[in-house]
Amino acid sequence: MKNAFQELNKAFESRIRLGIMSALMVNDFVDFNALKELLELTDGNLASHMRALEQLAYVRVEKSFLGRKPNTRYVVTPEGRLAFEQHIAALEQIIKNI
Amino acid sequence: MNAFFKPEDDLAQIRNIMERSTKFLSLSALSAILAGVYALVGAFLAYRIIYGSDVVLYFELKSQFITPETMPLILIAAVVFVLAVSTGLLLSYRKARAAGQALWNAPAQRLFFNFIIPFGAGSLFVVILYFRGYYSLLAASTLLFYGLALLNAGNFTFSDIRKLGMAEIALGILATIFPGKGLLFWALGFGAMHIIYGGIMYLKYERR
Repeated sequence: MKNAFQELNKAFESRIRLGIMSALMVNDFVDFNALKELLELTDGNLASHMRALEQLAYVRVEKSFLGRKPNTRYVVTPEGRLAFEQHIAALEQIIKNI
Repeated sequence: MNAFFKPEDDLAQIRNIMERSTKFLSLSALSAILAGVYALVGAFLAYRIIYGSDVVLYFELKSQFITPETMPLILIAAVVFVLAVSTGLLLSYRKARAAGQALWNAPAQRLFFNFIIPFGAGSLFVVILYFRGYYSLLAASTLLFYGLALLNAGNFTFSDIRKLGMAEIALGILATIFPGKGLLFWALGFGAMHIIYGGIMYLKYERR
């Protein structure tokens, strides 16, 4: 049997990134401030984790204006969705084998 | 990978965030109990007016939609509704603030629109029934549409709300079978059911 630990995705080792992905998986989009509030993070902290996920092409940024206020929202990409599903499957596999 | 890695904690975190980002969990159970109390007081006052009145209200209504006898009943209904909604908003706002969340966030908006569309359609339907003189269907249709609105909205908050919706629908059907007992079914649906389900939800989620 394959070692399920090797199937875990390093990108989701951080609880914060795990939280970001969880929220994006079940919503069409989530905006920056909603994520910040949901995960109780500071601007800088959330932004750096988002940048990391963006570089992996797991999330896509959509910038727009709501009236005059800039609005940043995030969408999970098909690659991100697949990667996260595989990560969850690996977590479940590990629990089953304990 | 550190030695303290707990996959079950990660999965619990995932489930928690998924739920909190889609469901409005600041809904106050206490406000449902209070709404039920207002409804019972309103039903009691309405009962005294209807059965203490010299005129037969149904006949009065044939010629005129709003008479001196029916005015207080409409007023009671309006006061109960406004009190219940404002208590709900105020207590949910306090619950949201205590949890460090905004009241009008994405899950709240989803909950609101999924409730207001069937509820708004039902409200219009009931007003039209009233002006067309179908008084015997008022209690049944308010309960049915309210139940359908709750069933729909329950997908975006505590799932107990779906069960409350189903209970209201059942009462609505019963009210259709017994058209003369409208006030009784209103008292059960808007009074007793809110107190029962508010109580269950209070014990489950809010008691510390």
